[in-house]
Amino acid sequence: MSWTDRARRLLARLCGQAIVVFARTVTAVRAEWRGVAPLPVQRVYFANHTSNADMPMIWAALPPALRARTRPVAAADYWLRTRLRAFFGAEVFRAVLIDRRREARTEDPMAAILGALDEGHSLILFPEGNRNMGPEPLLPFRAGLHSIALERPQVELVPTWIANLNAIMPKGEVIPLPLIATVTFGAPVRLEPGEDRAAFLARAAAALLALRPANGEAA
Amino acid sequence: MTTTTEIVLLALGVFAILTALTALGESLRARVPAGQHAAGVETFNARIRSWWIMAALFSLALLAGRPGLVLLFALASFAALREFATYTAKAREDHAALALAFFLILPLQFLFVGLGYAAIFTVLIPVHVFLILPVLSALGGSPRRFLTRVAETQWALMTCVYGLSHVPALLTLDPARAGEAAVLLVAFLILTVQGAELTEAVARRRLGGPLIAPEINRRTWAGVGAGVAAGTALGGALAWLTPFPVWQAALLAGAGSAMGLGGTMALSAIKREHGLKDWSDLIPGQGGVLDGMGGVIFAAPLFFHLCALLR
Repeated sequence: MSWTDRARRLLARLCGQAIVVFARTVTAVRAEWRGVAPLPVQRVYFANHTSNADMPMIWAALPPALRARTRPVAAADYWLRTRLRAFFGAEVFRAVLIDRRREARTEDPMAAILGALDEGHSLILFPEGNRNMGPEPLLPFRAGLHSIALERPQVELVPTWIANLNAIMPKGEVIPLPLIATVTFGAPVRLEPGEDRAAFLARAAAALLALRPANGEAA
Repeated sequence: MTTTTEIVLLALGVFAILTALTALGESLRARVPAGQHAAGVETFNARIRSWWIMAALFSLALLAGRPGLVLLFALASFAALREFATYTAKAREDHAALALAFFLILPLQFLFVGLGYAAIFTVLIPVHVFLILPVLSALGGSPRRFLTRVAETQWALMTCVYGLSHVPALLTLDPARAGEAAVLLVAFLILTVQGAELTEAVARRRLGGPLIAPEINRRTWAGVGAGVAAGTALGGALAWLTPFPVWQAALLAGAGSAMGLGGTMALSAIKREHGLKDWSDLIPGQGGVLDGMGGVIFAAPLFFHLCALLR
């Protein structure tokens, strides 16, 4: 490894630490392990998605030992748009970048996700596919979560609810409010024998919604 | 006795009491059979641990004098407001009002306390902010749950900023003695209110009796009575920290203890409403600033005005 590679890797690690410190001080992000313990088990954390800060928030809420083996699944068209984003996406977060453009893509996104799982990594996944900008708490899930459950049944699928981020930094605002963001980890969801895709995805979405706090979120 | 001697005596006394309480907590824990978990003992120990942290921070702030004490309570206020505002009703349209609360109103309130402008810091939040923030929210354009939103924001500011700022505000009461004696008044308030709360937590288990409000918490009239009595007695014993005679100091401490125990009851009701156990986990094993300082927040304004009257 050349010294420039080493310097880049060190810089990536420092940037990662800076993001964790920033998340802890600005949003006082805290993890609530309601359905699982913070153990180094291979998992896919599937989460609601309303803000660009969602992924760094889950990432910062994980204990360091778990964070080191967890990679977010993220959109290549977003994370490769500028050189700075490419550095953060690929080297700081070590994201599994997938191409969202159905027609133009050359690589199958599922292959990249399963490949990362086979290397032993845990993943952060947003099964809604896009950021949810509407009034509904969750958009319909894409098929990917079902494919993972089918192809890699040993991996725990952990529902992960991120609360308060929209109140902290609504779209279009400049100053973040220093409210407490809570990341709640629920009990893993497993594919039942004979369960079809639609039923499984509906059940996974319900498990995620069940973690939503009754109060305290911006209406 | 000079003020400095009193501060040293006080610090030694507090450290001695905390050491004794730590030993008591550990001996209680040792009596719990192996493999079992006594929640009461753990809560007691956690509270003592947080007292050590508070005592250490308080000592550091004393070393820095009045600016240190004002800064310490401004930071505590910021953490408390963050805990409270996390659970208040709000809409996108309140963003500007809330940003103003955190980044302008809070610093201004503590700045005026630090400068000793009592004519401003006693009315800034309950009058001017009370009238201005709803206007900002209305300019946001949403009538949905409007009164709930503005009322809960005002409640957050009154407790976490106005209430807490009246602790360092005690330093402005005694300009003739150059602030140092008033530092002792701050210690007097915190020690008596916290002493009352700790006594209540122990006494409610020992004395039993009917619960005051079972849906809110496990408090009993006997426990609260014992807490107020202990606060009053502690106030009499610590009268040498104040410029007041023993009976006045005892009554002051009793009033503060009753207000503090009542205030933590109100804060417990808010926690139950939102299904919270603790306001946050800022202090490991203990909870948030509002869990530790809730009683002092409610006691401080009354204590401040009573001291101003008696002075």
